[in-house]
Amino acid sequence: MKVNGVERPPTVDARRLLSDHLRHDLGLTGTHVGCEHGVCGCCTILFDGEPVRSCLMLAVQAEGHEVTTIEGLAPPGSALHPVQQAFHECHGLQCGFCTPGFVMSVVGLLREHPNPTPEQVEEGIAGNLCRCTGYASIRRAVHRAVELTR
Amino acid sequence: MTTRWFGARVQRVEDDRLLRGNGHFTDDINESGDRALESTIVRSPFAHARIKSIDVSAARALPGVVAVYVASDLPFGGTDLPILIPHPNLTHGRTQRCLASEVVRYVGEAVAFVVAESRYIAEDAADLVAVDYEPLPVVITPEAAERAEHLVHDDVPGNVAAELIQEVGDVQKALEAGPHRKHLRLRFERGAASPMEGRAVWARWSSSEHRLTVYDSTQSPTSIRGGLAVLFGLPESDVEVIAPDVGGGFGPKIMLFYPDELLVPFAAMQLGRPVKWTEDRQEHFTAVNQERGQVHEVEVGFDGEGHVLALDVDFIHDGGAYMPYGIILPIITAAQVPGPYRVPNYRVRFRDLYTNAIPTSPYRGAGRPHACFVMERTLDAIAAELGLDRIEVRRRNLIQPDQFPYEVGVVWQDGNQVVYDSGDYPALVNRALEMLGPRPAGDHIGMGLSPYVEGTGVGPYEGAHVQVLVSGKVVAFTGIPNQGQAHATVWAQIVADQLGVEVSDVEVSSGDTRRFRWGVGTFASRAAIMAGNAMAVAAGMVAEKAKHVAAEHLEADPADLELAGGSVRVKGSPDRGIPLAAVAVLSNPMRYAFGGGTEAATQFAAKPRPGPPLPEGEQPGLEATGFFSPVGSAWAAGCHAAYVRVDPKTYRLEILKYVVVHDCGRLINPLVVEGQIEGGVAQGIGGAFYERLAYDAEGQLRNASFMEFLMPYATEIPKIEIDHIETPSPLNPLGIKGAGEAGVIPVGAVLAAAIEEALGVPITEMPLSPLKLFELFTSRQAGVVG
Repeated sequence: MKVNGVERPPTVDARRLLSDHLRHDLGLTGTHVGCEHGVCGCCTILFDGEPVRSCLMLAVQAEGHEVTTIEGLAPPGSALHPVQQAFHECHGLQCGFCTPGFVMSVVGLLREHPNPTPEQVEEGIAGNLCRCTGYASIRRAVHRAVELTR
Repeated sequence: MTTRWFGARVQRVEDDRLLRGNGHFTDDINESGDRALESTIVRSPFAHARIKSIDVSAARALPGVVAVYVASDLPFGGTDLPILIPHPNLTHGRTQRCLASEVVRYVGEAVAFVVAESRYIAEDAADLVAVDYEPLPVVITPEAAERAEHLVHDDVPGNVAAELIQEVGDVQKALEAGPHRKHLRLRFERGAASPMEGRAVWARWSSSEHRLTVYDSTQSPTSIRGGLAVLFGLPESDVEVIAPDVGGGFGPKIMLFYPDELLVPFAAMQLGRPVKWTEDRQEHFTAVNQERGQVHEVEVGFDGEGHVLALDVDFIHDGGAYMPYGIILPIITAAQVPGPYRVPNYRVRFRDLYTNAIPTSPYRGAGRPHACFVMERTLDAIAAELGLDRIEVRRRNLIQPDQFPYEVGVVWQDGNQVVYDSGDYPALVNRALEMLGPRPAGDHIGMGLSPYVEGTGVGPYEGAHVQVLVSGKVVAFTGIPNQGQAHATVWAQIVADQLGVEVSDVEVSSGDTRRFRWGVGTFASRAAIMAGNAMAVAAGMVAEKAKHVAAEHLEADPADLELAGGSVRVKGSPDRGIPLAAVAVLSNPMRYAFGGGTEAATQFAAKPRPGPPLPEGEQPGLEATGFFSPVGSAWAAGCHAAYVRVDPKTYRLEILKYVVVHDCGRLINPLVVEGQIEGGVAQGIGGAFYERLAYDAEGQLRNASFMEFLMPYATEIPKIEIDHIETPSPLNPLGIKGAGEAGVIPVGAVLAAAIEEALGVPITEMPLSPLKLFELFTSRQAGVVG
């Protein structure tokens, strides 16, 4: 499994969740776990470029695949990724717990639809729960991310 | 002091690390070489049962299990947990024990605690704990508690924990004398705060340092520290509690002690290794406090013009199985029912009842959404009865701007009387109507409007410590923790104004007892008022000290100096000044320089002056600790209004327009306040129409997952239009009022009124749902036909 571009050792307990493996074996604690049943989206990562729930997969299922976590978007010390920057500018986060999952979902969305319609934006963020923002600022952040990506 | 930063839409300073995945939440802690043991809690599957036996032998024998604890293994296992807020009317206060050993009284009550090398093993072992239960009759609704056919506690007659009656004027006389009377029964079900991060605790005991360190996703680390010190017989200075990044609180994390908050530190001390516990989502549904379950019987007397003459509210509160939080919630409802209206004769009685459900403690809004619902439904009923316009009836009853301070005549949650400090309620209503605009065309459309008040910023106090470092950077600490409310930004704004520096020069740290030892907690929309003013006090003291130290250096009168541009300088002569960094150095006379420019304060370098190097009564360092303690709550207010459409076939709710006018006094940062409001409204919409806690008659929560407890996604939440008016509070130097809970308070009242108009059926309960509306509509049709 390649995580954020780095090949990771293959040994892991057969029943270890991918989310637990990323967080507790690899120390990539930016991927958060909010429900462990695939509804909240806090644990969203990119799996071969597609947003998926890492709490619904076993780590062993990721063998031979490429995983990107929130830590892989912008290397330490470098500028924020445009989606991260947009969330900052639009106050698209409060407690920050759901944020990595939202950011990864939006990165996936904009990869598929670089110029999304409002309906596609709605669809793209409708798989993640946020209890703080009421979503308005997240919606604004997606539109801002489109501007920053252009 | 300048107000360069206060009031500005400053972007948050805490975002960068959260956006990069570098947040520091309790479950993220994983110190290398000292990996924590992991744990899980065995919980009762029954809402009420006698425990006949507990057998943990198989669990203890499982490889990888380090310890399994039941009540008899705990030195404090026989002690009832504390009542946090005792009250003389809480005559039958009962609290749970850390682990139940005789009777369990709600599904999810903790019975045993398993510690293992990994969470996976701990959960395997939990399955091996054999508990033999004898089920007992279950009391699950407030109505069932009132009927008292069964008792939750054998020694609490009628299931009544507390009863409180208050009266202003003479309600009976006014009701009898009034030309019109109306009776309503208004029901509000339980709700759940559901922060995205569940609860979590991590603890380490260092025997060599004699120090207990606890990370806890709590809203009150100072209280946790105090309690742990008492429990373990340690001086408070040996216990450090840190609320690191907390992924949302919304109330239930102010509750203490949840059993894990004792079990995890206890196990860490016993086992000599760090121990962590992280809740899962199902546990959160069955073991974290809830709120809102109340049934209100309302009798209102009014005249032909819609003026309220008398209001009699008798309500029961579903307190759950235990009363650790006392009776604060019904006290708040009782105090907040009159809201922004004049009610010359008001009587309120409540009974706080035990049920076999999770205990209750504040959830964002805390007693207020139901209070607002009661008053607004009552005014709508008056308007309907008299054939008057709903808005006009409200206008006729609103407290006017020249009536402040306004005494309501009932007791507030801080023990004082309710006194509204300032406001302009008619202006809020007018502005909301203006923003709402004309009614959209179409069928099945309804309008709802609700003004509200909110007592914010209850005491007793908060404090802050501000220090200018020799680098010129500023650090600021407070005990009150953050769960996403942008404390690090808004407090930096306040401090930066006082010290004449940039926001980026101020680093705020909060909720860490190592850095600030005193404090109360983040709840009741109090952080901005309490810690914000404490920050202003402390930073103001630092500014005075800086002028004092600089005056000597500049040979000027302190009164002629100002702090601006990172310097202390002579007013009118900006080039005659000294950088704050240099003032910080000079404030600390020293023998040994340690770099960073500190040689300027050593004995042969410093300017000679008479007297001792540290003048009598002075302390070294450019720092100060300040506290703020208010005489009473600052009363924020607002008005929400909406147009909705209900689909006549699917009963789906469409919110066509939703507007909010909000008055939280002087705004520190509109960006942050608007975020609080948008989030609050979304939570209100969820609580009013989507989220229902479906308890069955056996006390099982049938929808304890996000699959079935329908928290709104973006698709359910409309755009919220927001405007502000500012009536400063006279009760604190910054003139601010709280804003955290305002968004949620009137949403139920607004949607009930709008849906009632759209469908033409009376709405007397919360929450609603498409199914509920279908049932209400068809039963009404059947009634009309029959």
